[in-house]
Amino acid sequence: MSSSTKQGYKTVFDIPREEYQAPGHGLCAGCTAGTIVRLLLKVAGPNTIVVNATGCVEVSTTTFPYTSWKVSYIHVAFENTAAVASGIEAAIKILKQKGVIDPNKQMNIIALAGDGGTADIGIQALSGMLERGHKVMYVMYDNEAYMNTGIQRSGATPKLAWTTTTPVGKVLKGKLQIKKPMAEIVAAHRIPYVATANPAYFLDMMNKFRRGLEVEGPSFIHVIQPCTTGWRFDPRLGIKIARLATETAMWINWELDHDEFRVTVPVPKRKHVKHYIRLQGRFNHLTDADIEEIQKMVDKEVERINKMVGKEIIGPVVE
Amino acid sequence: MEKDLWIRIPLSSNYAAAHAVKDVDVDVVAAYPITPQTTVVEKIAEFIANGELNAEMIHVESEHSALSACIGASAAGARVFTATSAQGLELMHEMLHIASGLRLPIVMSIAARALSAPLSIWGDYSDVMNTRDSSWITIIASTAQEVYDSIIQAYKVAENPDVLLPVMVAYDGFTMSHTYEPVYVAKDRSIILDYVPKKRPSWNVLDVEKPITMGVVANPDWYYEFKYQQVVAMEKSPEVLKEAFQEFEKRFGRRYGFIETYNLENSKIGILTYGGLYGTVIEAIDYMKKMGMNVAAIRLRVFRPFPYEELLKAIKNLEALIVIDRAISFGATLEGPVAMELATMAYKKGLDIALHSYIASIGQRAVTEEDVIAIVKNTVALLEKGVKVTEKSIYWGVRL
Ligand SMILES: Cc1ncc(C[n+]2csc(CCOP(=O)(O)OP(=O)(O)O)c2C)c(N)n1
Ligand code: SF4
Repeated sequence: MSSSTKQGYKTVFDIPREEYQAPGHGLCAGCTAGTIVRLLLKVAGPNTIVVNATGCVEVSTTTFPYTSWKVSYIHVAFENTAAVASGIEAAIKILKQKGVIDPNKQMNIIALAGDGGTADIGIQALSGMLERGHKVMYVMYDNEAYMNTGIQRSGATPKLAWTTTTPVGKVLKGKLQIKKPMAEIVAAHRIPYVATANPAYFLDMMNKFRRGLEVEGPSFIHVIQPCTTGWRFDPRLGIKIARLATETAMWINWELDHDEFRVTVPVPKRKHVKHYIRLQGRFNHLTDADIEEIQKMVDKEVERINKMVGKEIIGPVVE
Repeated sequence: MEKDLWIRIPLSSNYAAAHAVKDVDVDVVAAYPITPQTTVVEKIAEFIANGELNAEMIHVESEHSALSACIGASAAGARVFTATSAQGLELMHEMLHIASGLRLPIVMSIAARALSAPLSIWGDYSDVMNTRDSSWITIIASTAQEVYDSIIQAYKVAENPDVLLPVMVAYDGFTMSHTYEPVYVAKDRSIILDYVPKKRPSWNVLDVEKPITMGVVANPDWYYEFKYQQVVAMEKSPEVLKEAFQEFEKRFGRRYGFIETYNLENSKIGILTYGGLYGTVIEAIDYMKKMGMNVAAIRLRVFRPFPYEELLKAIKNLEALIVIDRAISFGATLEGPVAMELATMAYKKGLDIALHSYIASIGQRAVTEEDVIAIVKNTVALLEKGVKVTEKSIYWGVRL
């Protein structure tokens, strides 16, 4: 099976003009989750059912009697998005078979959840869904903390980041543990398609959404999502910070399409992580030495990825 | 009842539940095994494997996901089913409220079982009583036949546009889930589907042609009205339940109500209970009759909505009512959950009736006919001493 992400969206003019996310949501100004969801729906189109976990996206788009969703949408709870999506997928399958729903109707079932709803409380339901092989595309938007409840640490919070439950004090300086490698945990389930994406590389991200919807069986797209409120940056910097995440290799855009692994956004000349870190208030407390520690972690990860690809797809740090 | 439409086979209540699921042509089943419910799941899997039921079975990784998947499938317009017991029902608890809040006509059977800790796999109604305020219509069956019939009736009520609430059908773990009784099941499920037709979904569904948003955020300006709608649905449900029971009787000849009574006419003392224990009480009453003592039995079949009118009619001429509860509401005024309902009712209606609350069969501690007779004797002695309402519930059979 060959990956088809190269086709599809090549330029900005390929992006559908139709909007399925209505204007007027309540996300924070500058929130990149809005960008991700809007582009996701453009890829998916109208024949879509979205299952959304409790979190920022849900609370800010469904305040009764208003809704931002022009496609069918359901929110049930924080931890069970994958299970609810499994039920919807199973229902549609059998209702098509019984002729209640037009069997030729193509429908996308998309599960959408934050890092908390995916990597922590929702991981059991997600694992169950992946193992059972439901044809659902699961999109995890990763703002690296529980933002809806006010910036508490999650399993996806990076090491040394400040959050309200990993405060910076005299003894402790932010989160002690490393970020949970969610996409790799998902990949270990041997599902057809797993990818990491970044809204700053929106064509790459959209092509991944497209591929995720197209494969038979479950797919998982892990999208980094800079959060102005939780990461403490000026609202106009969201996409810039997202781009820096990839340029510094703090975030690597890759895909695993069946057995084929590739880095979809090569970075021949890497920037030092300080460019990414120094723009964010959540890392304000870090000393140069702390940043060097993070740089070493990233260097090791780059080495590992390059080895997997078999060539230097991500280059050395060039200031 | 037209005999040739039915076959009479020995079934446990668990198997009776599975047969009902097959005969109402459920589309999606999501369930997770737990003793003593497990054989429901196994039997349904067998029906699907044999092609007797064409349904998607989702082998979920937990009860939380079982009910979540049912919520998703029901929201997509499928007829769905799940079954559980005890810890499974507790793990579903959050979803119980969401299922009813989203107004999805999910049907679930419960082989009622004691709650941990300490771990007990045996039958009592702690699990069911814990769901009291989750806005599920709750039926407690006392025979395997009734389990089969009630699950069929449950779909008719749940899917009624005036109701749209989920329904649970409970029965005793082990004493019913694992013992066999002769049960009439439909030879051909078309007669059942005539009674519960699978029309276009009567509830709001996730349709890509007509997009809707389900599971919204409701601010203080709106939340209360949503909950009040559930109150209204519960208030409308007795009428719908009654019609469902009457139509069932007209078509199939088997008669069910909100409550059941036995030997009510000549009695001054009544015993109210639920589930399989009712059978034991009836035996005890027949025995007491022979001893020249007339005692009535009342069985609570529908717990939610609470059958106020019917119970009032049944108890208004009694001098004393014994309520045998099979769950404990720790720290309550009367720790028998159903006794508490009766106390409220008696007070509201100014009934001059003595009310004695007993707790029994906790963790399936045996309750025999002799126990029932002893409970009656104990009550008579209390009445002679002028005890009108038991100060606390009486824990029958516990070693102090
Ligand atoms: C069972 C349960 N526990 C806790 C909560 C409270 N809660 C709601 S959203 C949330 C955090 C969401 O974090 P994440 O999934 O990362 O999404 P984000 O808000 O960042 O978009 C929490 C803790 C809940 N809704 N349900
Ligand atoms: S808190 Fe963060 S993720 Fe949530 S809406 Fe605001 S910017 Fe977006």
